[in-house]
Amino acid sequence: MIPALRRYARALARDADIADDLVQDTLVRALRSERLFLGGDVRSWLYTILTNLNKNRRRSLARRPQFMPLLDNNPDASGTEAEGRDIARALATLVEEQRSVLLLVMLEGLSYREVADIQGVPIGTVMSRLARARAHVKASLEGERTALRRVK
Amino acid sequence: MTDRNIPVTEDELHAYVDNELPAERRSDVEAWLASHPDDAARVQSWRTMAEALHARYDSVIDEAVPKRLDIERLVRQPRKWVYGAIAATLAAFIVGGGAGWFARGAAAGPSPFQNLTVNAIEAHRLYVVEVRHPVEVPGSERNHLQQWLTKRCGWAVRAPELAGAGLKLVGGRLLPGSAGPASFMMYESASGERFTIYTAKSDAEATQMRFAVEGNESSLFWADDGVVYVVVSTGADRGRLTQIAQSVYDQMEKKG
Repeated sequence: MIPALRRYARALARDADIADDLVQDTLVRALRSERLFLGGDVRSWLYTILTNLNKNRRRSLARRPQFMPLLDNNPDASGTEAEGRDIARALATLVEEQRSVLLLVMLEGLSYREVADIQGVPIGTVMSRLARARAHVKASLEGERTALRRVK
Repeated sequence: MTDRNIPVTEDELHAYVDNELPAERRSDVEAWLASHPDDAARVQSWRTMAEALHARYDSVIDEAVPKRLDIERLVRQPRKWVYGAIAATLAAFIVGGGAGWFARGAAAGPSPFQNLTVNAIEAHRLYVVEVRHPVEVPGSERNHLQQWLTKRCGWAVRAPELAGAGLKLVGGRLLPGSAGPASFMMYESASGERFTIYTAKSDAEATQMRFAVEGNESSLFWADDGVVYVVVSTGADRGRLTQIAQSVYDQMEKKG
């Protein structure tokens, strides 16, 4: 479970250290409030806590100036490095709820029902967020490629 | 039997890719894709997108899990909260929404009521991000919390029971308000959703419940018996907020 949480957090937060902080805080919170756990799926519950913590974190960051890295130097970038960077950059342009839906469905393989419970919204909202996220990422990836081609 | 002539919707295309489509409709969608190249290309682009996501992030799964995420260690020693009070305080007071709010309302001059609501929302923003020190007195000491806040504020401060709404009392603290002390109580759901209740002395004796939105925060506020109550949440819909505020109101009424 922890490796999958780390993967989700990494894609959600981009920065590896912040991602692991999120996972750690998720686990601490889950451990602290295990008596509050009312049954159901532990996996969904952990994804829910992590999603909420990231929302809180982004809210507290929103008031500070944003420093965007000039280059993504992620040491864990795999063989398809260029493609990986593209998708990471496209993800970063999504609004929070859309990024979360897209990752939970496409990367973590959760069902629409589970994502609806995690975000506390109806399934229809999950589907429209997913559709918008996919359209946005697609446009972002294609836009990037045409821009690159034009520069060459 | 399903009708092959029913056009395939965009929702169904997504559901098809995500294996959420009822089995009996899959072949219809496949037939549709064979004759609609634009939709087929879209479906293909989503599959490519999923592959790119896995190519980029699956390597995390194979990494050794850092020691600090070891459950045994976490049980013994929780990490210090990195997005802590100092950062949140600086953020709130230097570039905070409060200043912007006043600048925006400057022409009309904010009413005392608006001031109180802004105070309540600022307090909410400042403390809901806290993991280790969100409150001064924990919810396990409910009686002490109520007595202490009542004594310091000068009106009866009660921590309402909100278990019916799935919320547990995290605890409370005393805050400086614009005219004397204010009380602040925090509640939390099993999934980490936090609600706060702020009370302060009010010029108005009693008012109706009113709704206000500021950024991501929404609040319901009302005055009763010379005290203003503000219930604040982040992102909760108005129905849920109303349900909680109503429950708070009812319990304040009952205390008599």
